[in-house]
Amino acid sequence: MSLSLDDVRRIAQLARLDLSDAEARQILAQLQTIFVLIGELQSVDTHGIEPMSHARDVTLRLREDQVTEQDQHELFQSIAPQVESGLYLVPRVIE
Amino acid sequence: MINSSLTELSSALARKEISSAELTQLFLDRARRLNPAFNAFITLDPQASLAQARAADQRIAQGKAQPLTGIPVALKDILCTKGWLTTCGSRILSNFVAPYDAHVVEKLEGAGAVNLGKTNMDEFAMGSSSETSHYGPVANPWDRGAVPGGSSGGSAVAVAARLAPAALGTDTGGSIRQPAAMCGISGLKPTYGVVSRYGLIAFASSLDQCGPMAKSAADLALLLSTVAGFDPRDSTSLERPAEDYSHALAEPIAGLRIGLPKEFFGEGLSADVGVAVQAAITEYQRLGCRVVDVDLPRTRFSVPAYYVLAPAEASSNLARFDGVRYGYRAPQYADLRDMYMKTRAQGFGAEVKRRILVGTYVLSHGYYEAYYLQAQKIRRLIAQDFAEAFQRCDVIMGPTSPTTAFKLGTRTADPVQMYLSDIYTIPAPLAGIPGLSIPCGFGDGKRPVGLQIMGNYFQEARMLNAAHQYQRVTDWHLRIPPGLD
Repeated sequence: MSLSLDDVRRIAQLARLDLSDAEARQILAQLQTIFVLIGELQSVDTHGIEPMSHARDVTLRLREDQVTEQDQHELFQSIAPQVESGLYLVPRVIE
Repeated sequence: MINSSLTELSSALARKEISSAELTQLFLDRARRLNPAFNAFITLDPQASLAQARAADQRIAQGKAQPLTGIPVALKDILCTKGWLTTCGSRILSNFVAPYDAHVVEKLEGAGAVNLGKTNMDEFAMGSSSETSHYGPVANPWDRGAVPGGSSGGSAVAVAARLAPAALGTDTGGSIRQPAAMCGISGLKPTYGVVSRYGLIAFASSLDQCGPMAKSAADLALLLSTVAGFDPRDSTSLERPAEDYSHALAEPIAGLRIGLPKEFFGEGLSADVGVAVQAAITEYQRLGCRVVDVDLPRTRFSVPAYYVLAPAEASSNLARFDGVRYGYRAPQYADLRDMYMKTRAQGFGAEVKRRILVGTYVLSHGYYEAYYLQAQKIRRLIAQDFAEAFQRCDVIMGPTSPTTAFKLGTRTADPVQMYLSDIYTIPAPLAGIPGLSIPCGFGDGKRPVGLQIMGNYFQEARMLNAAHQYQRVTDWHLRIPPGLD
């Protein structure tokens, strides 16, 4: 499989990364070498092997359905780029 | 004092030979004087550190001291520390003052330890050389033209240059063990789930684990006993009884079965590293240990599997950095989407962008099975290889890194070459097992070599016992880099 410049542009859009054409070309070359490395995985026979999604096969804990968090929105919003009346501000999305 | 063990420092504090404020000041002075040469710290806050030290002194005076009370510990800047700048080595968090403490930071504070400062690191822990930091590269005290390893390079250098008695690091694919090896110190990555990840800024959540970095195995044991433990705020934290990791240090190790995987001694291993590691194995045989050959046949697939799984998890974890709730926001943008794109483009460095893009690609439609699921299946095979090997041995030993510290700038242009330098450290976190590195000599250019000891799940005490017994008969761990004593 070989990666194209269009692939790089498409995944950069998905990942919300603004790339200049020069950057995209440079990254393409690097990703191509990385995908040669990753391509080695195709040579391993994994028929019948269960994927291992976590370091330990543990069941997630359940807890009582009770409120345990305290309201700290003022503290958390004090470090936000732009806040007004307890709301995070972003550029207008609905005209 | 700068070469004392944590136990010796604790005794000196208990006997009032020195106060925590004096001890903290001593290390702060060294850190301030030497940081321009090494760039090990991103943030020092002497006032905050000294306030903690004075509180520790009161606690000691009241007879309420614990083993770490009053001892300064440096923290990797990936650990959220309330009221402290916590950058994760990135521009995107260059203004992030953490509003809460990581669990391990709470644990240290609860034990009365002093936060000495926040250490430099590869951006978001993505790197093997500490060169991808937004705050500039870290220099290796044994060879100032060489890298300290990474990603916990700042923590490793802080300990190696005796700017701090001990430090915390984090390890996803080797980020504690590899810099420990390259800087001639000891470092341990615990079994996954033993130390809470709460407040550890996530890179690859199924692999990330915080652990201690210090001069000796005995110091590691003391630190691990303090920071380990169940935490309901980390969904993968394990509910286990508290463990004293120091309890087995003094036990004799005669009869210990050491597994040597031939895959760790083949092509790619630098001759000088091989010689030092073999000499350490011989020392263990002198201590009565038995050597058995084991196979870890999928070792060579661990690097490609890791470079699918870790970027996949990172691409998801790093989606949270969008310029809305915290951190950097681009100054100019056309609309919301453009704000996300410019914020992330300006906030992340090149290596982080590469990994986000790789991760996004392997998770995208049409490639998920071929890459992500295949890598997860190979991860299971790697874990099975370890399970089989541990039926024949108690610990596995080998080199931590194929080479000693390499020169600054020599591998940054070739990501794959950089990735391959983690071939011996990546298998353990994929399987979730613990691994540690201790200094075992010097290679070419008088650069340190690390011996890696891996154990089965929850075998930290036994691994530390093996490391401690080696350190009783050798003095590599007490060597100080030239000009720093």
